[in-house]
Amino acid sequence: MAKKATRESYGAALAEFGADENIVVLDADLSKSTKTEVFLKKYPERFINMGIAEGNMMSVAAGLAAAGKTVFASSFAMFAAGRAFEQVRNSIGYTNLNVKIGATHAGISVGEDGASHQCLEDIALMRSIPNMVVINPADDIEARLAVKAAIDHEGPVYMRFGRLAVEDVNGEDYKFELGKGVQLADGSDVTIIATGLMVEMALAAREILAKDGISARVVNIHTIKPIDAEIITKAAKETGAIVTAEEHYIMGGLGSAVAEVVCANAPCPVKIVGTDRFGKSGKPAELFKDYGLTPENIAEKAKEAINLK
Amino acid sequence: MDTKRRLELAIIANKVRKNALTAVYSAASGHPGGSLSIADVLTLLYFEVMNIDPKNPKNPDRDRFVLSKGHTAPALYSVLAERGFFPTEDLKTFRKADSYLQGHPDMNKVPGVDMSTGSLGQGVSAAGGMALAAKLDNKSYRVYTILGDGELEEGQVWEQAMFAAHYKLDNLTAFIDFNGLQIDGDITKVMNPTPIDKKFEAFGWHVIVTDAHDLDALEGAIAEAKATKGKPTAIIMKSVKGKNVSFMENNAAWHGSAPNEEQYNQATAELDKIIADLEASL
Repeated sequence: MAKKATRESYGAALAEFGADENIVVLDADLSKSTKTEVFLKKYPERFINMGIAEGNMMSVAAGLAAAGKTVFASSFAMFAAGRAFEQVRNSIGYTNLNVKIGATHAGISVGEDGASHQCLEDIALMRSIPNMVVINPADDIEARLAVKAAIDHEGPVYMRFGRLAVEDVNGEDYKFELGKGVQLADGSDVTIIATGLMVEMALAAREILAKDGISARVVNIHTIKPIDAEIITKAAKETGAIVTAEEHYIMGGLGSAVAEVVCANAPCPVKIVGTDRFGKSGKPAELFKDYGLTPENIAEKAKEAINLK
Repeated sequence: MDTKRRLELAIIANKVRKNALTAVYSAASGHPGGSLSIADVLTLLYFEVMNIDPKNPKNPDRDRFVLSKGHTAPALYSVLAERGFFPTEDLKTFRKADSYLQGHPDMNKVPGVDMSTGSLGQGVSAAGGMALAAKLDNKSYRVYTILGDGELEEGQVWEQAMFAAHYKLDNLTAFIDFNGLQIDGDITKVMNPTPIDKKFEAFGWHVIVTDAHDLDALEGAIAEAKATKGKPTAIIMKSVKGKNVSFMENNAAWHGSAPNEEQYNQATAELDKIIADLEASL
């Protein structure tokens, strides 16, 4: 199976599931990068280029939704969640309007563009908004089905997509259920809970741990909000140690969301793999190493969590 | 409009002012100055111009109104109550913890409110989105919005100005409440947004400058906006902040402070006198 970036899946899914006349796609001069151009080519009459004006785009999206439209508003995560945060919060979140934010180029895997374009705080920002659903798909099929689920869900949704081509972690028959975590492999000593492109690394970390005789469960959390408290609580109770992995700041992301559940339901050690630094230019593979977003580091943190039991 | 209708609307507008002040006084907080300056245009829109039905506030074919200067919610709530969307008596619950009448307009709580606003610059963009939706759906409804003159300092307003002209949203009419004052004082001293007319013209809008307190002039401006094809219209209304309450007129101090009991009684006495004089002329 060829590798594919989830931004490609976003564009493809908009075209695949976008037949409903009520769907409108907005983009802020990035349709070639966010891949909304795939939708544009199929349904040009329902694609609106907003120019480089993300704040206006989010409030226009709200107005369209208030008039009954299902709206996808697309840009890079940095500008969708970062620059336009307050418009998303007040025009879309507070109003609970039917706007889906397609945020591509999230995380350091953007690579060469560097820190100004590497959004590492979008999960924290978006999950702090009441009414907002936050999805960070791991691969092509999950990303496409997330778009479908967003269409079917009435209310605001933030979808986080990547620029980097990633391997499939889910099979062809994969069923996506909004708000439900997916156990990809069972284990008894520790649970690795990962999101987005870190899911693939979590599975690799499991192999490393196996060589040391450690049995690791792997859970994919694609929906960070509302989070699947059941699968996390079960993991905490049954394995007694958790390590989370995300391409995001340690503060406020998946790790924080998991810790909130674990603290409340089944306290156990939780180690968070992420970063607390701005990104920088470089090839994604080099940056992953530099920032500790590797199977080796996940395995290391898993051992630390186990030692704290 | 004929003389009788003009007098009737003027009476309603001053009742709207009075009830807006009652809301602010009851809450002991809120924004009276900019509420009083937009009472005439709101009355004209809700009683004469807009296709709306208080019994069916979510009718998909209705005209829309977005109060982009959301802090003047007292005026909007007051006109909605006067028009029958909810009881006038409820205005006394404004800004209170158990009330649906939030400090700034909330579309999910207040019947007749088409968009939640309060964060300046966002309402006009949402109004543009609604106008675009009408175009996409081949519907004939129109969208009206009111911005403050100080609000024009928000960059988002000009993002929307570019957008509405680019997509030829001739079903969008933006009123600018040009009263010359913002919280910190004279708009030309705080951050000068003038010339407002030339800016909107340069962005590709049809521009009309008129008197915010002359119902005939406003009616003419709205008719001109409706007749304008291929571009949105900005109606720049020269207004008096605190209009019709002597001690509030042209005083930035009344932007966001509530009257005390004595001031409230004086203000309502002045408005009652205006209403009585208008009724005597009917």
